[in-house]
Amino acid sequence: MTPKEKYDVVIIGSGPAGLAAAISAKKAGAEDVVIIERDVEPGGILLQCIHNGFGLELLKTDLTGPGYAQTFIDEARSLGVEIWTDTMVLDMTTQRRVYATSKIRGFLDFQARAIVLAMGCRERTRAQVRLAGSRPAGVYTAGTAQRWVNVEGYLPGKRVVILGSGDIGMIMARRLTLEGAKVERVLEVMPYLTGLTRNYVQCLLDYDIPLQLRHTVRNIIGKNRVEAVESVMVDENWNPIAGTSEIIPCDTLLLSVGLIPENELSRKIGVRMDPIVGGPYVDDNFETTIPGIFAAGNVVHVYDLVDWVTEAGYLAGKSAARFAMMERRKEIRHIPLVPGNNVRYVVPQEIDKQNLEGNEIRLQLRVKQPVDSPVYIEVRNRDNLVKRKAEPYVRPGEIVTAVITPKEYDEVNRSDFLQIAVVAR
Amino acid sequence: MEQTTKMICITCPKGCTVDVTHDGATVLRTNAGCKRGTEYIKKELSDPRRMVASTVRIRGAIHPLLPVHTAAPFPKPRLIDLMAELRSIEVHAPVKMGQVILENALETGIDIIASRDMERIR
Amino acid sequence: MPEIYDVVIIGGGVIGCMIARYLSRYQLSILLIEKEADIGMGASSANSAIVHAGYDPVPGSLKAKMNVAANSMWDTLAGELNFPFERRGDYVVAVGSYELSKLALLMDQGRQNGVPGMHLITAEEMRKREPNITPDVSGAVWAPTGGICDPFAVTIAAAENAVQNGVRVLLNTTFEDFLMEGKRIVGINTNRGMYACRWVVNAAGIYSDVVMHKAGVRPEFKISPRKGDYYVLDREEIVINNVLFPVPGTAGKGILVTTTLHGNTIVGPNSRSQDNPEDNSVTPGCLDEVWSGAKKLVPSLNLRHVIALFAGLRSTGNAPCEAPGVDYVGDFVIEIPDQVRGLVNLSGIESPGLTSAPAIALRVIDLLIDAGEHLREKRDWNPIRPPRPRFRDLPHHEKARLVNEDSRYGRVICRCEMITEAEILAEIRAPIPATTYDAIKRRTWLGTGRCLGGFDMPRVVELIAQELRIPQIEVTKRGPGSEFLVRPTKLAEEHYDS
Repeated sequence: MTPKEKYDVVIIGSGPAGLAAAISAKKAGAEDVVIIERDVEPGGILLQCIHNGFGLELLKTDLTGPGYAQTFIDEARSLGVEIWTDTMVLDMTTQRRVYATSKIRGFLDFQARAIVLAMGCRERTRAQVRLAGSRPAGVYTAGTAQRWVNVEGYLPGKRVVILGSGDIGMIMARRLTLEGAKVERVLEVMPYLTGLTRNYVQCLLDYDIPLQLRHTVRNIIGKNRVEAVESVMVDENWNPIAGTSEIIPCDTLLLSVGLIPENELSRKIGVRMDPIVGGPYVDDNFETTIPGIFAAGNVVHVYDLVDWVTEAGYLAGKSAARFAMMERRKEIRHIPLVPGNNVRYVVPQEIDKQNLEGNEIRLQLRVKQPVDSPVYIEVRNRDNLVKRKAEPYVRPGEIVTAVITPKEYDEVNRSDFLQIAVVAR
Repeated sequence: MEQTTKMICITCPKGCTVDVTHDGATVLRTNAGCKRGTEYIKKELSDPRRMVASTVRIRGAIHPLLPVHTAAPFPKPRLIDLMAELRSIEVHAPVKMGQVILENALETGIDIIASRDMERIR
Repeated sequence: MPEIYDVVIIGGGVIGCMIARYLSRYQLSILLIEKEADIGMGASSANSAIVHAGYDPVPGSLKAKMNVAANSMWDTLAGELNFPFERRGDYVVAVGSYELSKLALLMDQGRQNGVPGMHLITAEEMRKREPNITPDVSGAVWAPTGGICDPFAVTIAAAENAVQNGVRVLLNTTFEDFLMEGKRIVGINTNRGMYACRWVVNAAGIYSDVVMHKAGVRPEFKISPRKGDYYVLDREEIVINNVLFPVPGTAGKGILVTTTLHGNTIVGPNSRSQDNPEDNSVTPGCLDEVWSGAKKLVPSLNLRHVIALFAGLRSTGNAPCEAPGVDYVGDFVIEIPDQVRGLVNLSGIESPGLTSAPAIALRVIDLLIDAGEHLREKRDWNPIRPPRPRFRDLPHHEKARLVNEDSRYGRVICRCEMITEAEILAEIRAPIPATTYDAIKRRTWLGTGRCLGGFDMPRVVELIAQELRIPQIEVTKRGPGSEFLVRPTKLAEEHYDS
């Protein structure tokens, strides 16, 4: 399907936020809505969260991640939302020009009347927790491991230590155990569990996986593949307590040390960011500081329940649709002036129909080539002549003025665009 | 024989740690703070069950695995056997969300169902 | 019958590859062997990435001579080999009045070494050039001939140019022993068999002492590995414009804060001796040392900006400087020793080794000529190594053109660094193929961004498997033994080993 030149609402990311935004944008009256998704299929991170617990609040039902995604994908498709997969947005301008690329569709360059940023978040890495040690294979974030186990179909390790007692870490502890790996330990630097108690019971206690609070990984051992990690107990300032070091043999270290909103694109276009949250400043319409650019979901801040992400997406989509509709009205109001024969440029480049109440509209142009004999300057709406002005000669060095008076306004009002040209007399 | 153990109740976010005196499968005494808690403790001791999510191999789809889950909470002691059973299954795309992948798994009366659609791709 | 070469080079670091490149100009059959799964996996890809001006080495030392001679070669070399290189100059920043008084010594040493263009700048000028510099800056020395490069890009470019010009490169090939006829080297034995040759060039870096000892050369010489830890800071969070050195103390150049061609800032290295030449792990507990040194120059550095850590091992030798009257131990060893025939021996090539590489290569050629080699130039030697496109650096219309030419440029694999499938495939199919994740990472900077590979890893593993026609469980991070994956999750029951 050949992409259009202009879309009403362009949504970046087809996770729960993006899907919800697309659905509500359509329902709010936006016509051309497209979701751009970098993965091979829509659904975002939900596709790899195969456990249940999604939708309890919003849908009053208990779905798995893929099931939750499916529900919204089906609805979006039935409403006529376009979804481009395996497509990456490269860049955007503040005027909402979007550049994207995909193997199938090629290089894409098009305009959006409104944009919703719904890129979600990424995981904190070992470098961001300044984990020293060697850099062997076998050090993965929990999410990467989850992708391998649940989607690609590979077990990334056999003996695992998990750093971080967040829900992702605990859920992976259970998942890996059920797939035949041995989870040796879960280490948590805080003095309390950071995930849900329910997960502690059903993921760790159920499988006799020991949890050590106030513990962290100090060193990773192993040149080619992880061979062990050195765990250590820490004090209130997260400093290692001497004498508490333990070498835990393992072949995998899973990091579940936090999520960070994924705002590469947002920073690139210059939306104002909240440095504490790590996401864009948004108002209660989920509009960022750049008009027409909205943001929703984990890209704004990391949510605890997907149900609220969906709600945020709904609101952002509706706001985006409203903005897009206003843009459409403005476009209809604006009549471009197109340089025709021997006209290098004309200013203004657009006439706002709203100004057709006023006195006159002054057009100024420069010609490309001099003509030393009499000419007409003609303004036309396709074949219909709107205005003709006689000039004895035209030269590139001298600006030519043509004036559109209230007499001509009716014809102007009927136009999609006007062409201004130099014609022989 | 009477034993006393601690259990964590998960019926609500409070996550109370409950002292439970039992004789293996029957609760004799608990200090659970609410009725739902007491019911949960009783069930956990007599017939612990879990909702389980896993994957099965699928051919002809965009990925080699189809996510599946138990249609109802599954008996906890039989989870390992269930995992083994799932490893022996291979399905073919297309599959619809909710489709039964394994009926009456391990004679428990509980089906294993597909968690999502997976289309057939070339 | 073993294969016969004129020259066998042991070691595919920047020194070995640069020698291969310059030697490839002559009518010689050359083999370069490298024990790892890729070239440049040692110190060549774990350093400060600085092309030093040359005021630091002891005057009269071989280090000083090589540094200054090589420095002026870099522009031409970068143009020929098409690797990124920039000259912004080195700054030695004095904090407080005592350090200010030491700057004159540095200027003098620079003059002695023949470093052009050095001058003192005021604290105010330093602040203008580097707004984030400490407010306690008292002055600085600016050496405008200093530059920055991507050291691995230099290594791979030299290696590819060498291969272009007929050099054969064998990876995963470990030197085991010399084959000798009396005192003459006639070949080498490796884990992959024997190779006959007239000359062996020892460019084995951290193991160069082991190699030379096998020929009975310099029994008293020893490489003492010296580790340096580095931290990489997010270019979105902190911008440093220049290469900033502290006033040197006793343990080398000190903790520097430097911009890189990548835009990220790196801080480091510290200096810790160790015995194990294989251990390049980042030392736990060394962060404070590096950090306090760095903050002395740039107090606004924030730990939250760290996006990567790495460590490199310097090949610190104990050879005394050969020049008369120069009292210095630890100089470069670049020689054709007398004890055996057929060995070009290089060792102790720590900083300024990267900078000196082209001059070292020329010196090796001189030594060979002095030893009686008649080097005849190849008529068709091509010094130009063609560049490969970097999608992310191109303007939109160029990106569009590339994607239209080859749709695989349309598929972005590494989101943070904007690396496409076509670029990854180009590296897997390159003259020195990248067959591991780290090899692709070194060549493209894939996976070095904020997510440190979180998104791209499964995709790259899949790509490598497809291209090399191997199962995904055989794809490695850095060579055999570093496979990412253990097994497919859903093997039938009998394959489980628990």
